[in-house]
Amino acid sequence: MMILWIGVYIGKPALAIRSVELTVLNLCQMLLVIPPIFVLLGLLDVWVPRQTMVKFLGEGSGARGIVLSFVSGAVAAGPLYGAFPVAAVFLKKQATFLNVFIFIGAWSTIKIPMFLFEWQSLGGKFALTRLCLNIPGILLIAWVLDTILKPEERRWIRQQADDLSLR
Amino acid sequence: MRSIAQNSLFRRRAEMEYTFYTVTLIALGFSFWKDRTKTAQALRKAWGTFEMILPQLLGIILFTGLVLAFTNPEVISRVIGERSGWLGIVGAAVVGSLTLIPGFVALPICALLIQNGAGYMQIGAFVSTLMMVGVVTFPMEKLYFGTKVALIRNGLAFLFSFLVALVIGWVHQG
Repeated sequence: MMILWIGVYIGKPALAIRSVELTVLNLCQMLLVIPPIFVLLGLLDVWVPRQTMVKFLGEGSGARGIVLSFVSGAVAAGPLYGAFPVAAVFLKKQATFLNVFIFIGAWSTIKIPMFLFEWQSLGGKFALTRLCLNIPGILLIAWVLDTILKPEERRWIRQQADDLSLR
Repeated sequence: MRSIAQNSLFRRRAEMEYTFYTVTLIALGFSFWKDRTKTAQALRKAWGTFEMILPQLLGIILFTGLVLAFTNPEVISRVIGERSGWLGIVGAAVVGSLTLIPGFVALPICALLIQNGAGYMQIGAFVSTLMMVGVVTFPMEKLYFGTKVALIRNGLAFLFSFLVALVIGWVHQG
């Protein structure tokens, strides 16, 4: 990464400086958004017992679990990479993979405030079309991912989720 | 340089952040009141997770800064203008996959691009990949979910974005 930046600096100093400005801006923005996510995450991890999670998002939660995953993803804030730690906690508490993938999909695209803003900037047609496409799309992607995961892989992922949130 | 729309969007974004922070603080306060030890534990976990992810996060941020520095409306509209057809759509999708701009920043840029001649289909592909596909976030996704999932999820999302582009194009013609 550093090498890349130095390369850019040598080639076009102004561009490199600008990228630093933007990086700092981005960094500040990230620092603003990330802490609450992690705090909520910590709280979630500590307070929500396995049974509750299983009831809502675990095996056998069926349609309710799916809807819940959609909704949780949609109301969440933050960029894509914010979803991963949260998803890991869900997995740790035995949510199904299907629900977790739906959650990630919803988190990335169906953010409610963003939807309103998208409507404003790019038109209702655009926003609605994307929304209507996203819902089945996310379901499909989640389903495919769920189907192709082998048991060992599932175990590995759950283990990772455990390891990564252990402290 | 900032339009009225952008000012209102900053305000809206600030509102959203305030709400989010308030909710978090309330939750934290409640937790503290109920059980201090657990709260401390929660905070420790939060920090621990953050620490572990930090290298990836920094990489993402740095790279995004670099990419953003190269962004230039004229170039973009030339590359993904309405006439650019399939090449433009693919280009838009690729750029969207590589970048990680917050939505609030990206959407006004998109609106601007449309005004300057970018096609809806291209923008559709761009927005969709921007949000769902993350080449930059890939290392982190790999860390959590393994290479197989990371690759396939991103790949499917990428293809899906083309579908989105198609339908958007169809919707905006009729």
